[in-house]
Amino acid sequence: MKAAVLVFPGSNCDRDCKVAVEVTTGAQVSMVWHQDTSLPAGLDLIVVPGGFSYGDYLRCGAMASLSPVMAEVVKAAQRGVSVVGICNGFQILCEAGLLPGALMRNAGLKYVCKPIELTIENRNTRFTSAYGDKSSVWMTQGNGDGNFFADAETLKAIEDNHQVVFRYVENPNGSVNNIAGIMNTEGNVLGMMPHPDRAFEPALGSADGAPLFHSLMRVLQAA
Amino acid sequence: MKATVHIFLKAGVLDVQGKAVEGALNGLAGTAGWSDVANVRVGKVLEFDLKSTDKAAAEAEVKSMCEKLLANTVIESYRIEVA
Repeated sequence: MKAAVLVFPGSNCDRDCKVAVEVTTGAQVSMVWHQDTSLPAGLDLIVVPGGFSYGDYLRCGAMASLSPVMAEVVKAAQRGVSVVGICNGFQILCEAGLLPGALMRNAGLKYVCKPIELTIENRNTRFTSAYGDKSSVWMTQGNGDGNFFADAETLKAIEDNHQVVFRYVENPNGSVNNIAGIMNTEGNVLGMMPHPDRAFEPALGSADGAPLFHSLMRVLQAA
Repeated sequence: MKATVHIFLKAGVLDVQGKAVEGALNGLAGTAGWSDVANVRVGKVLEFDLKSTDKAAAEAEVKSMCEKLLANTVIESYRIEVA
């Protein structure tokens, strides 16, 4: 597997994502600076990491979504390359129009930083096939703007198309329908607020993030 | 020309900051008397200069900035003033 992690000014989980992908899949992972106008050839996975790109100014992820490299990420996503956006990465993918909806200020107005339990809503995806029949998983969450919002019509489409991948067991931030992670209609772009990159081996408190990366490997091995 | 852009969360989208400010104003009612405050919305205002001297062209330019970057039209609405 060949993977790339994007790096924006203010990214702070870029190294975590690189190590998580390397350890779980053995993939070769390149770091790609946001000003780059091309991506490495033959990528199977692009990770948009967490952090505070552009200081979260204006709106979280808004300015990063217009960085030069994002035009290439949009093209790669349209070709079917897997894209995973975690935390600020999820916000960037929504702002870039690769995922529906938006992430707003947490309903409790507080930055929520804690381990969090999620249900896997759709096991039939390239991101979740390796979870088997595991009914819930633990990862950590750390954000101030994780409150997923979509208007009623968009929300219905997201639900009807089974685009909800993860839901919170206990809603920490006011997200509609307890949504923690969604994918696009084509099923190759995933955005999620919890961090699989901070939960990929038991020493980190949970290894429940690892099957997400194993799932992506499985798709490639089957191809 | 001088452009001013006002951005607020759309009506119907819960403004949690507005609610918190409203609660604080109402909560201070005993000492300051603001119990009649309702529907507080917190937004942002951006001001900038444009080289353009054509009002219609400037408005169109600012509109495209709002659609592409300044506002997220999934959750926000905007109002433009050019003078």
